[in-house]
Amino acid sequence: MPDGSRSGAEYSLRIRVNGTDHAVSLDPRVTLLDFLRERLHLTGTKKGCNFGECGACTLHLDGRRVNACMVLAVQADGREVTTIEGLAEADRLHPVQQAFIDADGFQCGFCTPGQVMSAVACIAEGHAGSDAEIREWMSGNLCRCSAYPQIVDAVRAAAAAMAGKG
Amino acid sequence: MSIGEPLPRPDGRDKVTGRARYAADQEVAGLLHAALVGAPTPSGTVTAIDGREALATAGVARVLTAADMPRFGPVAPPSAVSKLPMQDGTIRHEGQPVAIVLAETLEAAECGAGLVRLTIEPAPFRPQGGGEVAVPPGIYGPVTFTKGDPDAAFLAAEHQHIAEYRQPSRHHNPMEPSATIAVWEGENLTLYDSVQHGYSVQAIVAAALNIRPERVRVISPHTGGGFGAKGFVWPHEILTAAAARVARRPVKLALSRAQMYANVGFQPNMVHRMALGAGRNGRLTAIKHEVEHVTALSDDFVEMATAASRGTYASPAIFTAQKVERANVNMPTAMRAPWEGPGLWGLESAIDELAHAVGQDPLDFRLANYAETDPATGKPWSSKKLREAYEEGARLFGWRERAGRPKRDGPWTLGFGMATCSMGAFRFPSQAQVRIKADGSVTVETGCHDIGTGTLTIFPQIAADVLGLPPDKVELIMGDTRLPQGGPTYGSSSTMGVGASVLRAAENARELLGRLANLPAGEVVMKDGRIGRRGGLGAGVPIGDALRTAGVGEVVGKGRFTLPGDAPFNADGEGTPHTIRTFGAVFIEVGVDCELGLLRLRRAVGSYSAGRVINPRTARAQMTGGIIWGWGMAAMEASPYEKKLGRWLSKNLAGVAIPVNADIAGDIQIHFVDEFDPHASPLGAKGIGELGATGVAAAVASAVFDATGKRIRELPITPGKLV
Amino acid sequence: MHPFAYTRAATIAEALAVGAQAAAAYLAGGTELLNWMRLGIAVPQHVVDISRLADLDRVEPLPDGGLRIGALTRLNDAAQCTEVVRDYPVLSQAILKAASAQLRNLATVGGNLLQRTRCPYFRAEELLPCNKRVAGSGCAAREGLNDRHAIFGWTDACVAVQPSDPAVALAVLDAVIVTEAAGGGRRIPAREFHTLPADDPASDNVLVPGELIVAIELPAPAPRSAYLKLRERESYEYAIVSVAVALDLDADLIRRARIALGSVAHRPWRLDEAERRLVGCRPGSPEAIEAAAAAFTDARPLAHNAHKVAMAKNAVLRTLRTAAGMP
Repeated sequence: MPDGSRSGAEYSLRIRVNGTDHAVSLDPRVTLLDFLRERLHLTGTKKGCNFGECGACTLHLDGRRVNACMVLAVQADGREVTTIEGLAEADRLHPVQQAFIDADGFQCGFCTPGQVMSAVACIAEGHAGSDAEIREWMSGNLCRCSAYPQIVDAVRAAAAAMAGKG
Repeated sequence: MSIGEPLPRPDGRDKVTGRARYAADQEVAGLLHAALVGAPTPSGTVTAIDGREALATAGVARVLTAADMPRFGPVAPPSAVSKLPMQDGTIRHEGQPVAIVLAETLEAAECGAGLVRLTIEPAPFRPQGGGEVAVPPGIYGPVTFTKGDPDAAFLAAEHQHIAEYRQPSRHHNPMEPSATIAVWEGENLTLYDSVQHGYSVQAIVAAALNIRPERVRVISPHTGGGFGAKGFVWPHEILTAAAARVARRPVKLALSRAQMYANVGFQPNMVHRMALGAGRNGRLTAIKHEVEHVTALSDDFVEMATAASRGTYASPAIFTAQKVERANVNMPTAMRAPWEGPGLWGLESAIDELAHAVGQDPLDFRLANYAETDPATGKPWSSKKLREAYEEGARLFGWRERAGRPKRDGPWTLGFGMATCSMGAFRFPSQAQVRIKADGSVTVETGCHDIGTGTLTIFPQIAADVLGLPPDKVELIMGDTRLPQGGPTYGSSSTMGVGASVLRAAENARELLGRLANLPAGEVVMKDGRIGRRGGLGAGVPIGDALRTAGVGEVVGKGRFTLPGDAPFNADGEGTPHTIRTFGAVFIEVGVDCELGLLRLRRAVGSYSAGRVINPRTARAQMTGGIIWGWGMAAMEASPYEKKLGRWLSKNLAGVAIPVNADIAGDIQIHFVDEFDPHASPLGAKGIGELGATGVAAAVASAVFDATGKRIRELPITPGKLV
Repeated sequence: MHPFAYTRAATIAEALAVGAQAAAAYLAGGTELLNWMRLGIAVPQHVVDISRLADLDRVEPLPDGGLRIGALTRLNDAAQCTEVVRDYPVLSQAILKAASAQLRNLATVGGNLLQRTRCPYFRAEELLPCNKRVAGSGCAAREGLNDRHAIFGWTDACVAVQPSDPAVALAVLDAVIVTEAAGGGRRIPAREFHTLPADDPASDNVLVPGELIVAIELPAPAPRSAYLKLRERESYEYAIVSVAVALDLDADLIRRARIALGSVAHRPWRLDEAERRLVGCRPGSPEAIEAAAAAFTDARPLAHNAHKVAMAKNAVLRTLRTAAGMP
């Protein structure tokens, strides 16, 4: 158990990211977002606000979608993180990724990793039952280009495709 | 032909897998993280900066102040400001950078920035609102314009409408905060930057640092949205380059969301003073439009919103005027949609009110005042099919049948409104080259950027059609100032400027290849990867063979798009026989919960006359995004300014609302009239990125009036104004 | 963020021991604390991670028919658990109207009650006059931009409002906040949990340093209950005004009404007088309208928020009907 007695100390921890274990020593101030971006150079997870107000840094922590800017990396010790880089299996896109391409669900692409990670979770949670439900449960991801209608199309299509497969 | 086909975006795979790299994503070894220290007051002088506590923090390498910075050379537009920060102690606005902390980690830099102690001698400041108003110099066009005798015409008019329409300051808030990484190698500087025009950055950073532009390379393939915030060059880009030079290490600065509010501009608050006169028949006899807004103390920014009133309706008398108020605020800048975005809020709201006063349907009123030629100059339009756009939009929306539609849905009172959309045409010169190699590969090379508008999709389409190849066989190389100078990615200009240069480059490459194959000029045809003589393509040869036979490794076709007089910028076809504009109409249905003050979008139809559409899929996304942008302007967006403290009050995305997915519950239908504009560009296309965002706010206000009988003349239309 | 020492507590006792130190802060979901640290609102020297304390993330029935929600239950889990959806719809709805799907996967029920005001003067990156940030520095919002601020219970020293959605539902449900502390825990009625600025503008709630919320207890079910949240954006935004209502009905007459307003005061604002007058009324009847309207006679809007009074009044009437199952 990490137990700090003095500030400024580093903490040893182990985080599994996209199936790979990382044993690191970290300043506890480092957020999961900055750990991924600055230490592991996994830059697919974006920093749009750093205050939990935009959703661009959405990833999966132990299978649930969270804002990576709101989690200290030390809190993820022993946990499993999936980022946008870990979604596709080798060269085969995840159905949600493919659906975003097919539905033109992005423009500048900066919010897209967060949108995709959120969408995967939205479907897994069972919150893609109707367009209204998708819109509400995808509202934690801002898109200033405003590809919202196409994002809803993508989530709906991916949910149907995944249900058909399952 | 692939032009006109709804091809998917080739950048899709990179963007959905996280592989697309934006400025702050670039991996550079050995870099220092920078954090800005901003002025806490809007005015005064920094008399001392104590960086000792910050420097004592583990990981902090340097605390840079004005004393550490080089003396910057003079800069002018496209530098956003002429007075660069960190040259002396003068504070011109809250949030202006006064120190930079460099550290080995981001955490140390941010912590250190909070520990820098500033001693400030405060001075009185000029707040935004209620200050002295002046007529600015005409940087972007006439600040006053008169046609006919507007005063007399207005006074004599049967129907008169006078009103003020207001809108608040708003910030672009692209999802990607601006970021710059500066890397010096000897005397050469590479900037990984989040920009809408890398060449501007190259020129301005070179001027500021007193080095030759060739020594500055700007790399920026993907930009995470700009909307104008990354169009001009902002001080932080120069400061990052300077800091890296001083520190002799690569430096990365990513602005925080809060810093975006005072470091990269905003669309200023505006008041539109409208006076319209019409005869008994509903024909306009006078249009008067005055606009007033804030600008920085040091520089003139003029948001030419009055352009809308010079270019939209036929009227024998027109008067427009622009005024600015100086204040201790950061510099305003262009924002989607510039000029007509705010201008049509004023004009179209006034037109709607006048139509009601005259007793005509708002659409009929607009048709009756249709401008067959440019109202300001009398010149013919380069192309205009607005009648068709009105008609098709009205049909798709059911405008003529709206009286028969229900006006209630549970607690919601429904309302219908419409407005004209229009944008002038900003055109910039551009260069491109097309490289065809013996291995059959084809690349289009031009230094434009991807901000999501569709550039990555349409430029290969344009080249592919000329070269007779499927578009996926054409690779676009962009986002680097080492490439031929592409036009900027703003002002809805890319398709016309960059697109035309790509077209010309592809044609040139085809001609060069034809020459190698001994084909007569003008009779070269390329199809299915082969090149041959017109009418005899069956006998043509594969592209690679043509090169190999001639013993040449590659051909490089060059293309240019130039403007009359080789000008660096052309607005609306000035200096040509035609006026270039785009047009359209937007129809909106809203629901208003009058008891609770809620306003919601139920559906929208946008119908546009905007030249040839290169890719209907990306074009539709642009217009949809524009309408949603307009919805944000209409229903929620405002950056509250704290007058007593002289600062933006909420510098975040929680205190400043922009639309979320759930706001866009209704269907948004997009329609383009079939059109080819031979004068705007050789492609027949015009710009569309801004057009969709125009007219929307006025259409929403019109729909709110239809639902509630309330005329809202101040944006945004929030619950407090409706309950 | 300033440097801090991090401790992951394995037991409540361990958490309380570290939490009792000066300048210690508990970290659960982190969705508030991290932002406070970024803004300098909180500068803890010790951060005690309580997010892995065992057994505090359960929802369990109480012997008397109520429900106990562990303080570390994630908002989404609490809102979607069968008992809450069925027996306390007002709470489920209030939670699901809060924040975003991903933030609700982090934020906990206990931590949510410790949210601090969204007043932009309080949340500014630079210190602005705010008695919550620096005692005695004044309240810039009082004479500044105060459209999102209080209409009830404010003082010249502070016009801020409590932004929590779940707190409004818990106030209306007469929930109990169960705490542990080094000197022993206590049970705090939800409606008394948040303080008013008259006592001390710097304080937000009655917790003492080191005290830890371990559970929320809900009394008997309130199936006829509803939550309404008003805001310009349809989702992912704080309320301009919100209303929680719980009703007991006798046929179509109100036997007991409980009403609380959110984002109108420094604490969820129960409408006691209106609740008394509504007894025996039919929701939607002229008497009910009059009874609800009476609750607003003592509203004191600020310069920019008079609309909150009208919005809240109409929202109460609307939510009374919704809770009663009327169209």
